[in-house]
Amino acid sequence: MTEPLLQVRDLVVQFPTRRGTLTAVDGVSFHIDPGEVLGVVGESGAGKSMTGAAVIGLLEPPGRIAGGEILLEGQPIQNLPYEAMRRIRGRKIGAIFQDPLTSLNPLYTIGQQLVETIATHTDLTPTRARARAVELLAEVGIPAPERRVDQYPHQFSGGMRQRVVIALALCANPRLIIADEPTTALDVSIQAQIIALLRRLCREHGTAVMLVTHDMGVIAETADRVAVMYAGRIAEIGPVRQVIKQARHPYTVGLMGSIPTIAQDAERLRQIPGSMPRLTDIPAGCAFNPRCERVFERCRRDRPEPIDVAGSRVACWLYDPSAAQREAADA
Amino acid sequence: MPDLASRHPETRPAEAAASGPAVLKVIGLKRYFDVSPPLLNRVLERQPRQILKAVDGIDFAIGRGETFGLVGESGCGKSTVARLIVGLYAPTAGSIELEGRDIAGLSRRQMAPVRRRLQMIFQDPFASLNPRWRVLDIVAEPIRAFGLATGRDAVTRRVGELLEQVKLNSRDGDKYPHEFSGGQRQRISIARALASNPEFLVCDEPTSALDVSVQAQILNLMRDLQRDLGLTYLFISHNLAVVRHISDRVGVMYLGRMVEQAPARTLFATPRHPYTRLLLDTVPDLEMSGRARAPVAGEVPNPINPPAGCSFHPRCPFAADRCRAESPVPIALPGGAVVACHGVEEGRIPEGARQA
Repeated sequence: MTEPLLQVRDLVVQFPTRRGTLTAVDGVSFHIDPGEVLGVVGESGAGKSMTGAAVIGLLEPPGRIAGGEILLEGQPIQNLPYEAMRRIRGRKIGAIFQDPLTSLNPLYTIGQQLVETIATHTDLTPTRARARAVELLAEVGIPAPERRVDQYPHQFSGGMRQRVVIALALCANPRLIIADEPTTALDVSIQAQIIALLRRLCREHGTAVMLVTHDMGVIAETADRVAVMYAGRIAEIGPVRQVIKQARHPYTVGLMGSIPTIAQDAERLRQIPGSMPRLTDIPAGCAFNPRCERVFERCRRDRPEPIDVAGSRVACWLYDPSAAQREAADA
Repeated sequence: MPDLASRHPETRPAEAAASGPAVLKVIGLKRYFDVSPPLLNRVLERQPRQILKAVDGIDFAIGRGETFGLVGESGCGKSTVARLIVGLYAPTAGSIELEGRDIAGLSRRQMAPVRRRLQMIFQDPFASLNPRWRVLDIVAEPIRAFGLATGRDAVTRRVGELLEQVKLNSRDGDKYPHEFSGGQRQRISIARALASNPEFLVCDEPTSALDVSVQAQILNLMRDLQRDLGLTYLFISHNLAVVRHISDRVGVMYLGRMVEQAPARTLFATPRHPYTRLLLDTVPDLEMSGRARAPVAGEVPNPINPPAGCSFHPRCPFAADRCRAESPVPIALPGGAVVACHGVEEGRIPEGARQA
């Protein structure tokens, strides 16, 4: 049994505001094995980006980790001082964000930015660092890297910029990459290229990826396992194929049904009534209960913890053995 | 640049297209933007004029009660088409006929009665609603502007009806946009668009800013409204699955041209143009069939300097010499598809279903 690369246990992220404390991430636990791609999917406000930001230590104040622990290779990293965390960021954990333009400094050439990152995290000489930068650009599929390395971000197209951002994340050969909506700002044909690239690089380098996205399609193409988040909690986590083909949690079922596909010919899409609760009024019990079509009394009272259901972990009372008995008794 | 419409009047896809009587007919529509450097630079540095051909001669027709989907990647000109149709841009050439009457280049005053019948829904429900207006006033604006109801009570009653039509509460009129979620705001936009009793809605990426479960709600609502009110839609999106779901006919744009249009089912079952095939191939596989996808190399070229001939030829696996020299003209194929591709015309491109 290999040790998980990343272990997150009961993570709680809170935002103190004037009107009280908001809990954006509420008791989230998961792990990522070396070389594994874990997809984290959910709708806006589900807490998926917040979870990613907490792992990489980039929560925007006043947001803070209010509970739980984050272990990287067995070492807790949730309370590290700024400098120590900065060294881990880049060297052990890389990051790719949605908008490549905000990740790149418009005033420096691609080469300068890559060399700076390489020099910060490794002990290569400047000449070697530059050679490495060209190598990285070639690796992420940028044509004519020797020439492009001296160009500025604005001279690159959106897809090419995202490739540069991936190259930046790979500079120090990190063990884990947090990719937050890496393909959302890109056109569909470019999206497919970037997904293929990410998948290839992870396989070749054995890098694990935490892929945060709202796009189930991207997850289906890329991830090994997927965590479905709802209102700051994990509703369901399991092997990607199982979650997509045999969703267990009523929210996942609704989510999958609401995605139009090019194969189907449905007159109407399945829709989940209502919308995700605001952080200020998350209902008691299961956060999904007001929108759930299979809700029963216990859902409104007790919060479900994830339980094992055929290889997945599902936070839903429907799968509680005692609930099954109760339903049988009712029938 | 040969003028497609005048040179090939008989192959004009608009005629072949719409199943019913066409509500909207677009013929040879062009919109060019002058993106030249300032005069001084042109004179001193001898820089040439630069013309961006955002929409470069497209034809299509939409029948009553139909949904025409327009897909393409960013910069292909699909949003420019939307803006041309509702009159936010004046066309450089070509005509836009609404029930037989050319509305291209009408004056503001002449356009006013047309505007009542032709409304638009925008992508971002956070930007398209005035945050300082109550929902009542937002939805009532077209009613007041077109004088469709008089008196405070009549207007309020009508707004209440409209809000209920989009499945909001009639009392929501007293609230401000910030009190609503993204999906609810898009419902408000739809209510506002419906306020003037239009027949035709131009929807520019109406669900792209929404979460999938909310997107499903809005798509279902749009279908219900279409059925109940007999609306005709021009639905613009980059999301192929959404377009597949909502559209009767679909047009695929690439660099300002319509490369293929066909009934939705035909287009998705047997795409003909190599670009359409490329697009379909990029759709993530939610069925988990393990279908291997070959991501296509290359990106959309700069629309200011599009490649000569067929603008798709640098990315096309079937490109031949003719494709590099001559721009293809749309040809109607049996089955209702209209395709602009030399390879398809010459039968060079292997037919058949998608590379599954």
